[in-house]
Amino acid sequence: MFYTQIARNKRNTVFLVCLFIVIVLGIGSAVTYVRAGDYISGAIFAGVIATVYTIFMITTSTNVVMRMNHAREITSSTDQAFLWHTVEGLSIAARIPMPRIYIIDDPSPNAFATGISPKSGAVAVTTGLMNRLNREEIEGVLAHEVAHIRNYDIRLSTIAVALVSAIAILSDIGMRFFIFSGGRNNNNKHPLIMIIALLLVLLAPIIAVVMQLAISRNREYLADASAVELTRNPEALATALERITDTHTPVEEASSSTASLYFADPLKKKAASLFSTHPPADERVRRLRQM
Amino acid sequence: MIVIILIGIVVVIGLLWAGSYNSLIKHRNWVEESWAQIDVQLKRRYDLIPNLVETVKGYAKHEKETLALVIEKRNTIAEPNASRNERLQEDAELNGLLRQLFALSESYPDLKANQQFLHLQEELSGTENKIAYARQAYNSMVMRYNTKIESFPQNIVASTHSFTRNDMLDIPDEEKEPVQVTF
Repeated sequence: MFYTQIARNKRNTVFLVCLFIVIVLGIGSAVTYVRAGDYISGAIFAGVIATVYTIFMITTSTNVVMRMNHAREITSSTDQAFLWHTVEGLSIAARIPMPRIYIIDDPSPNAFATGISPKSGAVAVTTGLMNRLNREEIEGVLAHEVAHIRNYDIRLSTIAVALVSAIAILSDIGMRFFIFSGGRNNNNKHPLIMIIALLLVLLAPIIAVVMQLAISRNREYLADASAVELTRNPEALATALERITDTHTPVEEASSSTASLYFADPLKKKAASLFSTHPPADERVRRLRQM
Repeated sequence: MIVIILIGIVVVIGLLWAGSYNSLIKHRNWVEESWAQIDVQLKRRYDLIPNLVETVKGYAKHEKETLALVIEKRNTIAEPNASRNERLQEDAELNGLLRQLFALSESYPDLKANQQFLHLQEELSGTENKIAYARQAYNSMVMRYNTKIESFPQNIVASTHSFTRNDMLDIPDEEKEPVQVTF
């Protein structure tokens, strides 16, 4: 049932974001412990850096994505009437303002959504999607994108990306401290904690990236479940997903930095791994058919 | 000391009461707002119909009867006193007539190629879909509101301030019946 899936996904996301915050504070703490044997000021310092950086990213990232993907905006219902009416209808069902609509001229079928809040939401589809899928399947894909906007997924992934960069910066500072303060002033520090701190500084950036992608994959499942809540038609979304993954041409304009935004992995990488931006399509299809 | 505790309890209960009351009001307004969304689409369809009839008239002179029926239905639909389910029932009947009208265009190639007609057809079917979406949003808001007024402890606040259950919208009867095809 999609209601239970939605609830489970929300819990997982909350858990992952909390873990993120713990890592940021932990690494800050490790840095000042190595430097001065004090683990509180570092945590505060890291918290402030991460918060400021996140706010900065959120306020600047709007619209950048659309420009990056060379999208053309649709401004009236006479141009692409079906697309226009479907998005408008879905946003009525999702109770959000109607997002702006963009078309990307690309034969590979795919779609993505952006916008930090529903008010600034935008949906983009490729011409390949409009040409290759039937009306119900297009509706399913659009519902998935509208769900991303309604669930504030873009804000969440922006926060995740910002935290990953903040962790990378902190870890870099930490490494320098290890290199330059090694051997001096180490009498009052516990060697075991020093090793833990070093491990944290070394591993945190990798763990952070893996977590960011885990959040991204989780939100895909959630958007699938919410899309079914909007259309009550899991089968159409499942076949849409199969058709999209059967096409092996990657989306030309997609870069690896925007890949996680797409409906299905636009770069068409084969193997599922900890570093995938999207969950495996057959698992998504399986969950959809269970709803 | 006891007085302070008692005052504290009263204040806490008062705050909780106000909180539940406000949340009930919010949910009730959501229900109203989602009905307004349906209404907007119904109105939109109402406004599109005369244009459609005018367009069809020029091409299909022998179909006066169907056209008259569509106009008649369109004019009776504006009953302000009818309940929400009744209004949607009327609307579903209008919908059936519109489908007949679109099917009619099959026998008039000129009409079928008319840009204005095609545009109106797309607009009307888009509007029909939006009514369906808005109806679904309405039903899920009603579900949330009904759950809210029936669950503890909001049900106490709800019954003192006479918040009543809202009905969900039914599926129109004719849509439940199997589609009849005649050749």
